[in-house]
Amino acid sequence: MSLRIVVTVKYVPDATGDRHFADDLTVDRDDVDGLLSELDEYAVEQALQIAEDADDAEVTVLTVGPEDAKDALRKALSMGADKAIHVEDDDLHGTDAIGTSLVLAKAIEKAGYDLVISGMASTDGTGGIVPALVAERLGVPQVTLLSEVSVEDSTVKGRRDGDAASEQLEASLPAVVSVTDQSGEARYPSFKGIMAAKKKPVESWDLSDLDIEAEEVGLEGAFTKVDEANERPARTAGTIVKDEGEGGKQLAEFLASQKFI
Amino acid sequence: MAEVLVYVDHVDGAVRKPTLELLTLARRVGEPVAVALGNGAADTAATLAEHGAVKVLTHDASEYADYLVVPKVDALQAAYEAVSPAAVLVPSSAEGKEIAARLALRIGSGIITDAVDLEAGDEGPVATQSVFAASFTTKSRVIKGTPVITVKPNSAAVEAAPAAGAVEALSVSFSEKATGTKVTARTPRESTGRPELTEAAIVVSGGRGVNGAENFSIIEALADSLGAAVGASRAAVDAGWYPHTNQVGQTGKSVSPQLYIANGISGAIQHRAGMQTSKTIVAVNKDAEAPIFELVDYGVVGDLFDVVPQLTEEIKSRKG
Repeated sequence: MSLRIVVTVKYVPDATGDRHFADDLTVDRDDVDGLLSELDEYAVEQALQIAEDADDAEVTVLTVGPEDAKDALRKALSMGADKAIHVEDDDLHGTDAIGTSLVLAKAIEKAGYDLVISGMASTDGTGGIVPALVAERLGVPQVTLLSEVSVEDSTVKGRRDGDAASEQLEASLPAVVSVTDQSGEARYPSFKGIMAAKKKPVESWDLSDLDIEAEEVGLEGAFTKVDEANERPARTAGTIVKDEGEGGKQLAEFLASQKFI
Repeated sequence: MAEVLVYVDHVDGAVRKPTLELLTLARRVGEPVAVALGNGAADTAATLAEHGAVKVLTHDASEYADYLVVPKVDALQAAYEAVSPAAVLVPSSAEGKEIAARLALRIGSGIITDAVDLEAGDEGPVATQSVFAASFTTKSRVIKGTPVITVKPNSAAVEAAPAAGAVEALSVSFSEKATGTKVTARTPRESTGRPELTEAAIVVSGGRGVNGAENFSIIEALADSLGAAVGASRAAVDAGWYPHTNQVGQTGKSVSPQLYIANGISGAIQHRAGMQTSKTIVAVNKDAEAPIFELVDYGVVGDLFDVVPQLTEEIKSRKG
């Protein structure tokens, strides 16, 4: 039986760009280039490795986002994913984490799945709650924040490194997994992979395909509201000294003046 | 006054500092009712009462240790139904956020994660968040359901505020899904004797410039002279010089201590994302052009192998 793996990915504004907010206090996507969230590359990598180890498996990459988000799907396809699903709808603008989990869960159910793999968090919002929300919605086990993951028969196993302890986890499929940047370096797309990606199918779904009403998502459906977004004032220029033999002592003097010693 | 549920992060009854900070913030929006689960839950009561908990709801069962996250969600939901609070506050640990998120979904509420401050507003609690690598701060509210908010460590000072802290047993019946993810083994992290990275008042970090695992002893010695936690940049972690649990940055931990000392760290955006909200920032780096110097209150352009040991000695002699 084929193992159906769905990888959820996010198209995020480049962190090295000048990120800011639009007038409606959503993230301004026009002024900064977007890309596949780096943490999701690890999810794609683990999906591909699990698929390679399985007798028969199919990796579908799924994103919810604007037109440009296709770039994130193309990147995942060029790494080796088999097909892609793009959920795109104007009414999705301003959707929060709760709404995003609704759209993802409906799309995952429509696609059909045995295993969902996500990155531990997006590199823009950094909340890290969407995998748990999707698991709650799907009613399947969450096996999250794994630094090691494997699938044997219909069981997923992994290691979760927490602050207090390292835990070995186990759950029956279907399940939702999220992986950390410790799970294994993500492969670079090969030239062959990039060429092949152009021919791979990308399905586009909108809200009506998922039986979701416009008012359940977007700014209108959001459970949270941003009232203010203010750019942090630039730090006032600090004191910089060159070490000419006394740098450590000078620094100690500064720390003492600030009452840290 | 309205009651506010506070989820307690503790290890075998020892309450972790972020929970005590949370009690301070909780008092701004209502009367804190603490929820302590698992082994040692009842032992948390005295500490929680001392910091403002009017009531402590406790429950222990093997499910909390044997299965991941969901049993705790079931229990927090039981507490929510018993209390009907005005808000639910949870420490922003990885697990705390997952518990809070699932609860929010179940009770039809919005969730705000990683708040760095919290105040009472006309329409419920207002949360401050620090976003885009701390280049912006936002103020947000939950506008549907009961606000569920997770708060980062070091967002408030711990204040004693003695309250009744009456212990009550919480009645919990676990859902069918509670046992979905088994914890088959658990290896406690070996204590370094140093403060936990995200909770520490001072963090001393090393990066590529430390140039080898063996040289991290210089960074550790400085940290120990200040009673600080040790952090590492991604470059140092990827090189295998220091454990990933100590990584500060976008893909590691975000820290917000009173003092952050970056040694041999250039200050790439990924690192800045994890430390830019530190109150006072100090850097030592050979490269005068390193972007970290744009952030510092005090910077030393110099070889960390000269500067850091000298600093450590000076601190030790000043402390006597």
